[in-house]
Amino acid sequence: MAGRTLYDKLWDSHLVTQRDDGSALIYIDRHLLHEVTSPQAFEGLALAGRTPWRLAANLATVDHNVPTENQSAGVSAIEDPTSRLQVQTLDQNCDAFHVTQFKMGDPRAGIVHVIGPEQGATLPGMTVVCGDSHTATHGAFGALAHGIGTSEVEHVLATQCLVAKKMKNMRVTVTGPLGFGVTAKDVILAIIGQIGTAGGTGYAIEFAGEGIQSLSMEGRMTVCNMAIEAGARVGLVAVDEKTIEYVQGRPYSPQGADWDRAVEAWTDLVSDSDAQFDHEVVVDGTVIEPQVSWGTNPEMVTGISGHVPNPEAIDDPIHRGATERALKYMGLEPNQPIESIRLDRVFIGSCTNSRIEDLREAAQVVDGKRVADSVIQAMVVPGSGLVKEQAEKEGLDVIFREAGFEWRDPGCSMCLAMNADRLGPGEHCASTSNRNFEGRQGAGGRTHLVSPAMAAAAAIAGHFVDVREWL
Amino acid sequence: MMQQFVKETGLVVPLDRANVDTDQIIPKQYLKSIKRTGFGVNLFDDWRYLDPGEPGMDHTKRRLNPDFVLNDSRFSGASILLARDNFGCGSSREHAPWAILEYGFKAVIAPSYADIFFNNSFKNGLLPVILAENEVDTLFALATGETPVEITVDLQSQTVTGPEGFSASFDIDPFRKTCLLEGLDEIGLSLKDADSIKAYETKRAVDAPWLFRD
Repeated sequence: MAGRTLYDKLWDSHLVTQRDDGSALIYIDRHLLHEVTSPQAFEGLALAGRTPWRLAANLATVDHNVPTENQSAGVSAIEDPTSRLQVQTLDQNCDAFHVTQFKMGDPRAGIVHVIGPEQGATLPGMTVVCGDSHTATHGAFGALAHGIGTSEVEHVLATQCLVAKKMKNMRVTVTGPLGFGVTAKDVILAIIGQIGTAGGTGYAIEFAGEGIQSLSMEGRMTVCNMAIEAGARVGLVAVDEKTIEYVQGRPYSPQGADWDRAVEAWTDLVSDSDAQFDHEVVVDGTVIEPQVSWGTNPEMVTGISGHVPNPEAIDDPIHRGATERALKYMGLEPNQPIESIRLDRVFIGSCTNSRIEDLREAAQVVDGKRVADSVIQAMVVPGSGLVKEQAEKEGLDVIFREAGFEWRDPGCSMCLAMNADRLGPGEHCASTSNRNFEGRQGAGGRTHLVSPAMAAAAAIAGHFVDVREWL
Repeated sequence: MMQQFVKETGLVVPLDRANVDTDQIIPKQYLKSIKRTGFGVNLFDDWRYLDPGEPGMDHTKRRLNPDFVLNDSRFSGASILLARDNFGCGSSREHAPWAILEYGFKAVIAPSYADIFFNNSFKNGLLPVILAENEVDTLFALATGETPVEITVDLQSQTVTGPEGFSASFDIDPFRKTCLLEGLDEIGLSLKDADSIKAYETKRAVDAPWLFRD
C-alpha cells in the first residue's frame, strides 16, 4: 500500500461513513462560532426542533462586529444598532443552547482563529471547522481545518458531522533558508503570487520544506491562514516538536496520561515518505524578499524592489483587462516603483497577523521612531484580550503609543471593516490582513497586503520601504 | 430546507470578469443581518450603485451605475448569470448565494468556482454550472449581442442549450444532483446515519480519549 499524506490520515481518522455516490460524512472535533455566520444556523436549528449534537465540541466568540475601543463596557459599547443586535443574538443563542462563549470584554475573547490555538481548543489531529474561510489557520497544527457556510454550521451543530468529498493533495515545498528579515507573511504572499488565487482550488495544501519548518507556530498559522487566498480551503503543516511545545499546558490541552497518549499519536501526523501528492509545487524560499500587494486580489503581489506591472506588456486579454482595472481602482501608474506608493493609513492586526510575535516584530521596527505626518492613522489591534495583556506586560503598547500608533482592543477590525474601523475612498493602507479586494477595508479603500514589519516601517516612512535595511 | 432545482429557462446576464469575490457579490456591511433574506437589492452593491450603500437605505432612491451590466434594462428579469474563472472567491459568507438567488438568478455558469461558494450554492438550490472555457466564450459571444438571449439549464439531463444550436453538457456529483432535484433536507438525511455517528464516537473515544473529556 502506498504511503499516505497527512491529509489522507486526517480524513481516514474522521470518516464516519462513505456513501456510494462519492460523498462522505466526516466527524468534526471542534466547531468554532462567531456572530456573523451563525444566527441563521441557530434559527434553523430551533425551527427544526433540534439541539446541538455534542455541546462540548463548540466554542463561540464575537470578533467581526466588535468595536476596538472601550470593549470593557460590553455590548453597550457598540454604537451601530445592527452590529449590536448581531452580537446580542450570538449571546442569546449561546445562552439558550448552552454553548460555551467568550463574550465581549472577556480577556479570552478575540479573533476566533487566534483564540482557538491560544486556548488549546485547536489540537493536532483534530477536524476544526468554522463559518469563516480563514479557518485554514488551524491547519498549522496538523489539524484538518476549513471554512464552512452557514447551512453547514447548522449541519455541524445538529449532527457533529459534515457532508464532504475528499479533496486532492497538493504539497508546496518552500526551500530554505529564508533570507534575513523575511517573514511568514512574505512567504505566503510569494506562494500566492506564484500559484495564483485559484492555484489551490480543490486541494488540501500541505506546506513543507525548510522555509516552513523554520517558522514558529505563529508563522505557520500565518501561512495556513492564507491558503484560502490561493483557493485551497485547507492548509496544513506536519506536526513536529514546535507544535507539541506550543500546545502543552493550554487550558483545553490534554493533561497527565492523556497528554502522553496524545503526543504519541500526534507524532504520526506527518506525510509518509512514500506518499503521493496529486500536485507538487516548489517555491525557492531563498530568493523571497518582503512582499507588497499592488492590486485587488492577493496574487497581484511583488517584492519590495519591484514595480507595478504594465498592462500593455500582458498578452492574455482577460489578464490584461483585470490588471488595467486593478491599477485604475488602486490609483497606480504602470511601472511605478513599489517604494513610491504613499500610505494614508496603516493597520496591524487580523487573524493573519495579530499574535504576540507579530506585535513584537512591528514594535521592534517602530521603537523610538515616529509615524510620518502624512499618515492619517496607524493602528495596532491585538488578536485577543490575552495577546493584548501579554503585549502590555512587555511594554509594546508604550512603544506603539509613543511612536504615534493607536493601541486598540481585540477584534477583526479594519481587516473587513464591519465595525467602525475603515478606510475612506481612495485611501492607501499598508495592512497586515489577508484580502485586498475592492472595498474590503471600506468603500473605495486601497489595500496593500504586507507583513507586520513592513507595515510598521511604512507607517514611519509614509511610503513603502525595504524593512530589511532597518533591522 | 434546500430549494429544488430541476430546469431553468431564462435570460442570461454576461458578467465579464474573472475572480469575482464574495466582497463584491455582497459587501460586508450587509452581513450584519441576522436573517436569510433581504440581500437581493444589495447584490454587487459596489458595482451596481454609484453611491456608497449602508444597511437600511431605500435602494429605490440610490443612483444606479449605468455602466454595470445588471442595470442594463435589456437584462431585466434574467435568471442565469454568466461569469468567468474562480467566481465566488474569498470569504465563506453564504450571504453570497442568498443574494444571488434573491435577486432572481437560479443558476450561474462559469469555467470554475471557489470551493466554499460552490458548496454553499448547492445548499440553497442555486446551481453553479461548470462549462469548458470555450463553451463559456461562446455563451459570452451570444449573450453580449444586440438582443439578450434565453438559455436553458436542465439538471436532469445535465445540459445547457441555447440559440444558434448551442448545446453543452456538464458534470455534477450524484449526491448533489439528487439533493437539488428533490430539494432534500441534508441534515435530516445525515441524521439517518445517527447510529454510525454514535459508533464512530464510541470507537474514537477509545483511540483518542483526550478528545472526549466533555
